[in-house]
Amino acid sequence: MIGGLFIYNHKGEVLISRVYRNDIGRNAVDAFRVNVIHARQQVRSPVSNIARTSFFHVKRSNIWLAAVTKQNVNAAMVFEFLYKMCDVMAAYFGKISEENIKNNFVLIYELLDEILDFGYPQNSETGALKTFITQQGIKGQHQTKEEQSQITSQVTGQIGWRREGIKYRRNELFLDVLESVNLLMSPQGQVLSAHVSGRVVMKSYLSGMPECKFGMNDKIVIDKQGKGGVTDEAGKSELGGSSGKQSIAIDDCTFHQCVRLSRFDSERSISFIPPDGDYELMRYRTTKDIILPFRVIPLVREVGRTKLEVKVVIKSNFKPSLLAQKIEVRIPTPLTTSGVQVICMKGKAKYKASENAIVWKIKRMAGMKESQISAEIELLPTNDKKKWARPPISMNFEVPFAPSGLKVRYLKVFESKLNYSDHDVIKWVRYIGRSGIYETRC
Amino acid sequence: MPAVSKGDGMRGLAVFISDIRNCKSKEAEIKRINKELANIRSKFKGDKALDGYSKKKYVCKLLFIFLLGHDIDFGHMEAVNLLSSNKYTEKQIGYLFISVLVNSNSELIRLINNAIKNDLSSRNPTFMCLALHCIANVGSREMAEAFAGEIPRILVAGDTMDSVKQSAALCLLRLYKTSPDLVLMGEWTSRVVHLLNDQHMGVVTAAISLITCLSQKNPDEFKTCVSLAVSRLSRIVSSASTDLQDYTYYFVPAPWLSCKLLRLLQCYPPPEDGAVKGRLVECLETILNKAQEPPKSKKVQHSNAKNAILFEAISLIIHYDSEPNLLVRACNQLGQFLQHRETNLRYLALESMCTLASSEFSHEAVKTHIETVINALKTERDVSVRQRAADLLYAMCDRSNAKQIVAEMLSYLETADYSIREEMVLKVAILAEKYAVDYSWYVDTILNLIRIAGDYVSEEVWYRVIQIVINRDDVQGYAAKTVFEALQAPACHENMVKVGGYILGEFGNLIAGDPRSSPLVQFNLLHSKFHLCSVPTRALLLSAYIKFINLFPETKATIQEVLRSDSQIRNSDVELQQRAVEYLKLSSIASTDVLATVLEEMPPFPERESSILAKLKKKKGPGAVSELEEGRREGGELNGGGERGGDASVMATSNASTPSPSADLLGLRSAAPVGSAAPSAGSLLVDVFSEGGPATASASVNDDGFLRDLEQPTEVSDSLLVEGPGDSDSAPPSVASEDPAPPLPEADELLNKFVCKNNGVLFENQLLQIGIKSEYRQNLGRMYLFYGNKTSVQFSSFCTTVTCPGDLQAQLNVQTKPVEPLVEGGAQVQQVINIECLTDFVDAPLLNIKFRYGGALQNVTLKLPVTINKFFQPTDMASHDFFQRWKQLSQPQQEAQKIFKAGQGMDTEVLKAKLLGLGTALLENVDPNPENYVCAGVIQTKGQQVGCLLRLEPNAQAQMYRLTLRSSKDTVSKRLCDLLAEQF
Repeated sequence: MIGGLFIYNHKGEVLISRVYRNDIGRNAVDAFRVNVIHARQQVRSPVSNIARTSFFHVKRSNIWLAAVTKQNVNAAMVFEFLYKMCDVMAAYFGKISEENIKNNFVLIYELLDEILDFGYPQNSETGALKTFITQQGIKGQHQTKEEQSQITSQVTGQIGWRREGIKYRRNELFLDVLESVNLLMSPQGQVLSAHVSGRVVMKSYLSGMPECKFGMNDKIVIDKQGKGGVTDEAGKSELGGSSGKQSIAIDDCTFHQCVRLSRFDSERSISFIPPDGDYELMRYRTTKDIILPFRVIPLVREVGRTKLEVKVVIKSNFKPSLLAQKIEVRIPTPLTTSGVQVICMKGKAKYKASENAIVWKIKRMAGMKESQISAEIELLPTNDKKKWARPPISMNFEVPFAPSGLKVRYLKVFESKLNYSDHDVIKWVRYIGRSGIYETRC
Repeated sequence: MPAVSKGDGMRGLAVFISDIRNCKSKEAEIKRINKELANIRSKFKGDKALDGYSKKKYVCKLLFIFLLGHDIDFGHMEAVNLLSSNKYTEKQIGYLFISVLVNSNSELIRLINNAIKNDLSSRNPTFMCLALHCIANVGSREMAEAFAGEIPRILVAGDTMDSVKQSAALCLLRLYKTSPDLVLMGEWTSRVVHLLNDQHMGVVTAAISLITCLSQKNPDEFKTCVSLAVSRLSRIVSSASTDLQDYTYYFVPAPWLSCKLLRLLQCYPPPEDGAVKGRLVECLETILNKAQEPPKSKKVQHSNAKNAILFEAISLIIHYDSEPNLLVRACNQLGQFLQHRETNLRYLALESMCTLASSEFSHEAVKTHIETVINALKTERDVSVRQRAADLLYAMCDRSNAKQIVAEMLSYLETADYSIREEMVLKVAILAEKYAVDYSWYVDTILNLIRIAGDYVSEEVWYRVIQIVINRDDVQGYAAKTVFEALQAPACHENMVKVGGYILGEFGNLIAGDPRSSPLVQFNLLHSKFHLCSVPTRALLLSAYIKFINLFPETKATIQEVLRSDSQIRNSDVELQQRAVEYLKLSSIASTDVLATVLEEMPPFPERESSILAKLKKKKGPGAVSELEEGRREGGELNGGGERGGDASVMATSNASTPSPSADLLGLRSAAPVGSAAPSAGSLLVDVFSEGGPATASASVNDDGFLRDLEQPTEVSDSLLVEGPGDSDSAPPSVASEDPAPPLPEADELLNKFVCKNNGVLFENQLLQIGIKSEYRQNLGRMYLFYGNKTSVQFSSFCTTVTCPGDLQAQLNVQTKPVEPLVEGGAQVQQVINIECLTDFVDAPLLNIKFRYGGALQNVTLKLPVTINKFFQPTDMASHDFFQRWKQLSQPQQEAQKIFKAGQGMDTEVLKAKLLGLGTALLENVDPNPENYVCAGVIQTKGQQVGCLLRLEPNAQAQMYRLTLRSSKDTVSKRLCDLLAEQF
């Protein structure tokens, strides 16, 4: 039960303030500003407890969203709501910035009225909201009675995320597998921790009320099938073991509300009636058998008190036919750096004093290649004996495959009432692997 | 500091600062700073030499970054290099950086010191000043070590420029404050003092700060400054406003210097030399006269400067406290200010008057302003001024105007600011008690107090009302009537209900004759408040109900009904439930006679019985007393002599839950003998009734400590009025010279309380509580005194002294450790006293305590409970041995005997416990008559050991005792006999 919701700009000025319950006073607004936004030390914890009031905040660029409550609420629920709130706002007016919020404050209050009722989260599905909270304002009043009743039945009905009677000339489906790979590696190349968090994002333009079924190489499903019969296939995969693993172990996953969870629990099949337009079908996380797209080999040598030699090699570790993009390697420099010389074979490298790092950018790089940078860092001798902490070298990139190994096996569409079959639907599948926190100690 | 001229302007620095100011977020700021730091690092890299200008610029940037809160770990070397520059601005920035960022880095300190040394010897006055400023700003020990010898030389050298002298004096002051041991003034003293005669006023002003500080530490060495200061002061005061040119501030000649001179004079007693004194008095008169003159300017600065001097002069007059004429004049002057337009002036006037009120010469003069002060209390807009007015009213109060002042304070309480209410309540309570002539007035006042500001009335205040009512037959009826009326108000404060419950329970019968306050009406009135009260109050009310059953048998049925109801008998609170169950049973089982005995009216509290109360109080804080009281009340007769038993039962239930200033006094040492005394029949009942633990804390009352205070307030107040003035000097020697107040009249009683025990509360009034914990071994003793400040205001100039009057000096060796002069509100300080017994003694050492509370001096003298029996060593012996020795000591002077009536009950266990507490061994099976008590012990003194035999023969029928003491020394027998006779 959220007591109130505030949005602040970077200075701590209140842009939006909506109080749902009487136990939250106006002074709560100031308490958060004083204790969190203007706190002397940076507040890292997303939950702060000030005078028996809990503040849950998320920060989007320079904007703070804070949910306030005096009760013992489910913190995960509150954060889920805050993220949803961000998604909804982004869907309505794009980037969440101070200016956008100021320009749309009427809309935001309208949204807040709809998605939170007495502090209890309500339907926050963007598609559904867009049917009755429109940005055209007055135009909304010209809706016909039928349209209005249709909206009512949709919002209050069983399938709140899709209205009836949608028609497309071309039935199309877009499916993106977006993954971010996180890594921490020791200087010797030992993996200290690694995991992939992925999302399956869909965009559907389908007529009627189609029933979809999504299949991927989930280990449990594959194993079950393997046992169930087609020994032939299983034998094949054993024979063709060179292609690596066929299935992946998913540690945990969450679904969009349209997915029928009961069926997932019993058969582990993902079937759903998709919303119209953009939505995120599922999220998952894997920790085993991750394909690490890049390997970073650092070499740091201290030459006397005033000089440091750094050599970093990066190796791409995927099929040569694929191309990684937007590669950026960030090599931290000591706080006493007084001068840097850099030589690199590929891409561009630059010492960025404001960030205390050497940033090396490469536009494109094919698989199974390697590249190298070497830098000479001059240091200013200082009188205090503090040793440089040697922060890890971090990396950013984008690769056109899923580092977790996830493969889409099928996505079937059934629409019994309208006359189109699975074959008539045009389907697009795309894999994008990005770096999360991808670090190597040096 | 000259502003950076245009040619010197550091553009890079300005750009950098404006960049930082324009940063939108913290991250952006950090980025910009990182970039700048990298830039500076690359510039400071060893390979290229920087010119002075850029060095200065980058050092400035580093300084700015540091002041923004970032760590700077380089650039020190460059800053040190700047020190050797010849340009003023570069040197200045170098020194600035050093003063802000210097750390105890050995190699750099050496370089810095070197640079400073060069500048000090450079003869360039600006450079010398810069160096002196740097030393003063850093003020570290290293600096003091390096330059403490050099600076006095610069200060007194004939050829030093005036401005440098000024800096040197202030620099020396700073070094002296940080490391006084390193600044040795020995040879320079007289030359520094003569700086007071310097031509240059600036030098004098600087020097006088130094001299004031130095003379506070070594008053004797700087004594000569008094006459110089007086002559300087008279020259300034008598000068025309135009004489001093630069040092005339809005027509007032050298106001700062005058104030400092006056303040310096406050470090010393009045000058003994008649001429000097005459001159000073003349000065002070001139200052007072000038205050009367019409202002020469309408500017506020003019009057500020003039008044500053005037107030400083007045505090000097108060400090001297020897010129009645001046004191009265000062008082009149302040009286004028009381009605001044300026709030600050009114505040200061009230504050100074507070101190004037405690001087015997001006007390009367202060009293003439009472109307104005009362008016100030009512109409002032600023709460701090009202607070001062309340303080002053408190200070000026005496017997003649107490009624008026108390009435005014009470009426003000209704509208008083919340922040000062608690203090006001305390003050009203103290005054009402101190100057109460008519106790019905006192009762009225306190009840009014509770009505008006109930929340701020502390437990002690209402304890006292009840105490007084119980001990004074003449007010009981009146009190019962008054509380009955007060309780009829629809909304009563809980404290009022407590007082009402207690008093009606005790004395309800006195007003029961009136049909308007018939027993049932009384009960219904009390019970109507019951449900609105907290648990402790309800517990008290239940006790009042059972008392009602005793007082008015006709209410029995109604009350039993109430007690029987589920809300009582099944109350979730254990204490309430237990009381309800027990009272119900008591009322239904016991016969009227038993009831009357058990629930008899509270006896007045004779001083003799106070020891046990004080002891309890000490152990568990004020709350615990009530527990015992509860027991006493119910236990009545049965508990007659069962002090120890009651004590034991409380010990058993004690859980030290009540925090009290002396809670830590709860020691096992004192528990052991007490615990050994098995509860008697009487105390068994006590046990049952008092088992409630802390819940009963506030349920009841009476504490002898309070009682005593009530009976002796006049003495205290007198001494307060007499002793007040002249104590504005906080230096210990001068305080010590003041006469301590005569010992309190009840000091002997207090002493007797401690004959048989070592720990307890020695003294308590509304401000101060003194607890004692002591231990003795052979002829040595150690005593811990705990001084607890019971108020929320700090005591200043807190000072205690222990003296041994007369012969005692040769008999007892007492050493004390000094205590901190400040005792914060609610805090407790501890003092250790070591005692050595040289030979036997009679008197007790005196303990004098002086402190200032709200400006008024408090002065209390007590006897330290050190008696000869404390040095007893118990000796065990068989019956045969005992009588053999008894016979050996048969000379008439060796024996002391007393026959006296029992002061309290003759409970066996209590007697035993007391005799054990005495320090002797209690010998069983020695005397043929088992009723008798026989003890033996040896008194250890440094010189000799005195064997002692004791025999106590109680006669239960006649309630008499015969006490016989035999010892090898006649004085010892006599003294012990006297001491012990008071105990039973």
